[in-house]
Amino acid sequence: MEQVNAIELKHVTKRFGEVTANDNVSLTLKKGEILSILGENGSGKTTLMNMLSGIYFPDEGEIRINGNAVTIRSPKDSFSLGIGMIHQHFKLINILTAAENIILGLPGEKKIKMPQVVEEINALTRKYGFDLNPMQKIYDMSVSQKQTVEIIKVLYRGADILILDEPTAVLTPHETTKLFQVLKNMKEDGKSIIIITHKLNEVLELSDRISVLRKGTYINTVETKDATVESLTEMMVGEKVSLDIKRTKPTNQKKRIEVCNINCRNKEGLPVLTDASFIAYSGEILGVAGISGSGQKELLESIAGLQKLESGQIFYHTPEETIEDLTKLSADVIKEKGVRLAFVPEDRLGMGLVGSMDLTDNMMIRSYKDGRSFLVDRKKPRKLASKIVEQLKVVTPKLETPVRRLSGGNVQKVLVGREIALNPTVLMVAYPVRGLDINSSYTIYNLLNEEKKKGHAVICVIEDLDVLLELCDRILVLNSGKITGVVDARSTNKEELGLLMTGTGEEKHKDE
Amino acid sequence: MDLLLTFIQKAIGQGIAILFGATGEIVTEKSGNLNLGIPGIMYMGGISGLMGAFFYEKNVANPIPLIGLFISFLMTFIVSALGGFIYSFLTITLRANQNVVGLALTTFGVGFGNFFGGSISKLAGGVGQISVKTTAAAFRASVPVLNKIPIIGDLLFSYGFLTYLAIIISLSMTYFLKHTRKGLNLRAVGEDPATADAAGINVTRYKYSATVMGAAIAGLGGLYFVMEYYGGTWSNNGFGDRGWLAIALVILALWNPNNAIWGSFLFGGLYILYIYLPGLTRATQELCKMLPYLVTIVVLIISSKRNKHESQPPSSLGKAYFREER
Repeated sequence: MEQVNAIELKHVTKRFGEVTANDNVSLTLKKGEILSILGENGSGKTTLMNMLSGIYFPDEGEIRINGNAVTIRSPKDSFSLGIGMIHQHFKLINILTAAENIILGLPGEKKIKMPQVVEEINALTRKYGFDLNPMQKIYDMSVSQKQTVEIIKVLYRGADILILDEPTAVLTPHETTKLFQVLKNMKEDGKSIIIITHKLNEVLELSDRISVLRKGTYINTVETKDATVESLTEMMVGEKVSLDIKRTKPTNQKKRIEVCNINCRNKEGLPVLTDASFIAYSGEILGVAGISGSGQKELLESIAGLQKLESGQIFYHTPEETIEDLTKLSADVIKEKGVRLAFVPEDRLGMGLVGSMDLTDNMMIRSYKDGRSFLVDRKKPRKLASKIVEQLKVVTPKLETPVRRLSGGNVQKVLVGREIALNPTVLMVAYPVRGLDINSSYTIYNLLNEEKKKGHAVICVIEDLDVLLELCDRILVLNSGKITGVVDARSTNKEELGLLMTGTGEEKHKDE
Repeated sequence: MDLLLTFIQKAIGQGIAILFGATGEIVTEKSGNLNLGIPGIMYMGGISGLMGAFFYEKNVANPIPLIGLFISFLMTFIVSALGGFIYSFLTITLRANQNVVGLALTTFGVGFGNFFGGSISKLAGGVGQISVKTTAAAFRASVPVLNKIPIIGDLLFSYGFLTYLAIIISLSMTYFLKHTRKGLNLRAVGEDPATADAAGINVTRYKYSATVMGAAIAGLGGLYFVMEYYGGTWSNNGFGDRGWLAIALVILALWNPNNAIWGSFLFGGLYILYIYLPGLTRATQELCKMLPYLVTIVVLIISSKRNKHESQPPSSLGKAYFREER
């Protein structure tokens, strides 16, 4: 007897104007399995899933759910077919409670019977092993709690097909393990699950089968047991790529940035950095690990002079071996000294680039003060822009294209490329590869490595612990604003970092 | 004592028109639409109710008060809802800038009121000659029996039915927003339409209904002013800046219609305080009239200092929603 598949996509095509996001894609999700969908940025994974969740409508092709051909015109249609999508950016309303978010948009009695709803939610959390207080407001929640709300939201709607778009991107290793356990529980219960992710080792750990997309076209589906990181990468990229980061031994190390006992508070008056001290040396990459919101941003901004300090001092040891106190200088002056910060925010465009301006103009944001003439000089920025486009393989129609029209990965290349081009002595980057695919990520890693070879100090905040371990020389771990350890990246492991990040490890300093 | 009683009565009388406007604006803003056309819509509501009653009384030999009341009420409701509909169509369907449309609508509404006010004044035989005594009397009829109780009767039962309606609407809107599914959905639309959309809520329909309903409620404030406060006549620009006070009251009430009730009484009191303060010159009177706005600013400062999530405006307020934009 043939088993009915949960989802069958047949020859689905979706175009946006002249761009074909999905070209003739066919894939199947069996009942009760976990299927991973792999692909680089812009390979059309999210678009494909959005057609299942009713956000987009396919131009061509057929969708079958549980064996029946269906038309999904809106998110509502998608729910009624039992499909629940958990988006990468949570679709939750901050000022409402978890329970209110869960029942949002559902039909039912006019008056909301909250105690009953809460009981139903608790039943679900018990069944699958979640941990959630239904009456907690979303703004009080951590990222992983919000994700829990999202998952329960679709389960509450009776979904038996779950689609998760990069669920682990923002989770700590510990939270990821917990999530995977829950997903496995759901699979046991007969739910079918699609998971989209960049992280190959997670794919191999969790899923039953893996489908690969490349540039909008379907490549292949393999059984997880037959796949390796190398074979999957090859399928994704289309050619063999070396996944080695060429880490060299740090040479000629000198003190560059010395942070002494800094404290600062956020707008709400809560401490975000407590008594933080560390030293960054020239010619090395210092990684910063921590659960998001542990003070990474504030740490880098303090050095760049963008954060008001309550107490503490930051010293800059110039290449000429003089010492300057950065806390006394304004952000402008610090920048001129060669201390540069490239921060890639969650929405990518929020800081550092102006979306409606073109590449050249965005280069000028950093150089407008150069020169003394009344009119601005557009030649040099234009040259710089074309150099970045060439070097980092930025995909853009032309230099005059507004930055916001570029895809996320390309925007990031422009941002990081610009900061590096200014030849800083201290380069700080936060989330430089956020949401980037493997190829672009490695381009950025190599750029950082080159900076290191030039003898500059590199400080980088990266979410992926595997990358931190491979790329950095030392890793500084932050846990709710406190530095819980500075460890040698060559000798530590993920477990140790995880423990330091969540604060269960002992304080550890391997500073000489 | 008597003076205090009169003051409270007058303060409530001033407040009710503002309360209608504020409640309407809160409902509108909860859908993410910042309708700055409310002051204009209140003018439109006022004049259309008056016109309804005027032509009814003019053409019928023996006008029946209740019918006049019904006609004017209906006229106000329809015309101000129409004002809300114009705003909705421009901002929701055509995605025009909300502030620009709102301000234009206010300019239009005030002109609309003054133009037709002038026209029917002419028909009635001169400025200030409009009189819809019968209908106005129906609007002004206070609660029988209870209004005879000394002090309490004056304080609580000496008003026309619109006063009680305003309070009932505010209370029920608070209940609606807090405890019903539709209210929850509406709040979601105002906070984050994309999320609401993904949850299967029809964002456009909610925005339209809330804005049109809100405008209709606000329009009743104009009707109240013309009928109960003025006693059924018109004077150009007579409604003054009460519409803007209503919008200020939304902020003071922190987007909660229940707060708007006491807030409206406070505003009403502050608005007429200058009459009751002895020894004010012309200039100091004007300073005194600024008090409601001053209070609003103080509340704004305090609430933003406290930084409580619940007392912030709906987060998508003033923004148009495009589904395709990511």
